[in-house]
Amino acid sequence: MKLLLTGNEAAAEAAIQAGCRYYYGYPITPQNELINYMSVRMPEVGGTFIQAESEIAAINMVYGSAAAGARTMTSSSSPGISLKQEGMSYLAGSELPCVIVNIQRGGPGLGDISASQADYFQAVKGGGHGDYHTIVLAPSSAQEMANLVYDAFDLADKYRNPVLILGDAQIGQLMEPVEFNKKPKKNLPVKNWALTGAEGRERRIIKSFYPVKGQLEEFNAHLQRKYKLIEEHEVRYEAINIHEADIVLVAYGTSARICKEVVKKSLRFNFKVGMIRPITLWPFPKEITRKLSESVQCILTVEMSAGQMVEDVRLAVEGRCPVHFYGRTGGGVPTSSEIIRKIVEILPDNSEVNTLLQLVEAK
Amino acid sequence: MQTIYEKPKTLIDTSTHFCPGCGHGIVLRLIAEIIDAWGIRGKTIGLAPVGCAVLAYNYLDIDMCEAAHGRPPAVATGIKRVHPDNIVFAYQGDGDLAAIGTAEIIHAANRGENITFIFVNNAVYGMTNGQMAPTTLPGQRTATTPAGRDSANYGYPIRICELLAVLDGTSYIERVSLSSPENIRKTKKALEKGFTTQLEKKGFSLIEILSPCPIYWRMDANESMKYIDEDMTRIFPLGVVKDWTQKN
Ligand SMILES: Cc1ncc(C[n+]2csc(CCOP(=O)(O)OP(=O)(O)O)c2C)c(N)n1
Ligand code: SF4
Ligand SMILES: [Mg+2]
Repeated sequence: MKLLLTGNEAAAEAAIQAGCRYYYGYPITPQNELINYMSVRMPEVGGTFIQAESEIAAINMVYGSAAAGARTMTSSSSPGISLKQEGMSYLAGSELPCVIVNIQRGGPGLGDISASQADYFQAVKGGGHGDYHTIVLAPSSAQEMANLVYDAFDLADKYRNPVLILGDAQIGQLMEPVEFNKKPKKNLPVKNWALTGAEGRERRIIKSFYPVKGQLEEFNAHLQRKYKLIEEHEVRYEAINIHEADIVLVAYGTSARICKEVVKKSLRFNFKVGMIRPITLWPFPKEITRKLSESVQCILTVEMSAGQMVEDVRLAVEGRCPVHFYGRTGGGVPTSSEIIRKIVEILPDNSEVNTLLQLVEAK
Repeated sequence: MQTIYEKPKTLIDTSTHFCPGCGHGIVLRLIAEIIDAWGIRGKTIGLAPVGCAVLAYNYLDIDMCEAAHGRPPAVATGIKRVHPDNIVFAYQGDGDLAAIGTAEIIHAANRGENITFIFVNNAVYGMTNGQMAPTTLPGQRTATTPAGRDSANYGYPIRICELLAVLDGTSYIERVSLSSPENIRKTKKALEKGFTTQLEKKGFSLIEILSPCPIYWRMDANESMKYIDEDMTRIFPLGVVKDWTQKN
């Protein structure tokens, strides 16, 4: 059965379906549909909903419930996610599984409440202190939001690691038909580290403090081995028309939706436009990006930021082909015409600029 | 031969990292004694703070969780909501609970979380080398108030018990001290009452313990005890501040 839901509501319902019974949040636009939905649904399924006193408290409640062995989630938008960074570093440092949803809005500071992708660095490079990674998933529709939130709980449990869902105001607030058809995953590791009271067994400790010299370095080495495994096994992306493409667009979330339109329109052009849509932002789809850099004339990264993901694209490409960037900031959303203009501008053979632009502007 | 005094089983046999004359070890021992006597090792979950007591789990043989500086009330909330029938206590210093974690403790109290808070007030930041705490007495010399705490500039000691007692969500609040064997016995009684409050599902309990930090008070152990009795208790009066068993 399909339901008409906002991305925010889809995220909330998917969490419930995935067995999350502990949700802690703090209101902030544009993720309010999520916390509101949880306040109704959690009591219905016998779960816990707390409107915390701050995002700091909410993420630490998540820390507690995760330590106690439960599936747990929090959600917010950019300014609130900044407040959660301390907690996220502790969650990563204590290897606690949980899901955090960021419905990005414009920044810096209070910014505005419209869609943005300016929290990419914060999301994939750590955000908080210390050498750690969260797994970062980027949905580009309400349906994909539901699917990825569901998968996020499995990934979190599989790797004992926080998973971040990086959406934006459009993905969060757009209403689309959504189906919940994911099945529980088998063979997830038993939580033989969770705090339950030490009845009949040795006590357990959840911590990230390693005061004895050498122990912290050892623990970091363990984390890095885990991150390497994640990089080897969990990369996800969508590839469209990349075979024999002259130019490949790289975009995620809302930008990717617009780039898909560009790819469609480009079928009438005399050169081929392909596209890579990273679904995991960390681990980043490095391998496919590197491969493409050997066959295409150039790559164009499109973001609703001043240029953040483009750095990861360039790292993967390592100078094998030009990597260009088109971005809008502060709540601006790129249009397909803007992107096509940019393509025409950067393609080495742009003798047909005017014809192309006429084609585009005629729609 | 009859044993009349021994180490509680729940207290792990190891050397201590606390300074000579420190109060933290006494409090941890009292907790271990209660856990042994009540047979609740298997259902108790403790929260360690960031502060000198961060290594509480080196001493208590129970399931334990660290929390970021000031966040034990939120983390404890997350644990207790998952395991409502376990006994959950949070152990916090004055910097942890009354400065950086003020919001978390006030709102845990206001929600009436059925958790026991053990608040060790030594009027300084022990772990970071003795800076001013929110509970530092007027005139008290610390690393960051070398001329003594000047209230005109640095404000006044915060009385957490009295502050939280006005919230409808709180059930049992008492201030005790470690300044004498008699006061230590009273502290144990207060801790027991805190755990009873939780076991009977009566909600939020907090025991504030005036505790010596001879190192950063620049005193010996005896002077520290005197300082608690003569100076600290003048600002932080001992006694029950709120008690659900006394309500009509
Ligand atoms: C976010 C953060 N800020 C500061 C510190 C440094 N720090 C560690 S313990 C502490 C104060 C501890 O004082 P208190 O809570 O009174 O505990 P005590 O050591 O006196 O028992 C501070 C400021 C930290 N670990 N984390
Ligand atoms: S610094 Fe003070 S509180 Fe910390 S261990 Fe030493 S005496 Fe105890
Ligand atoms: Mg202190």
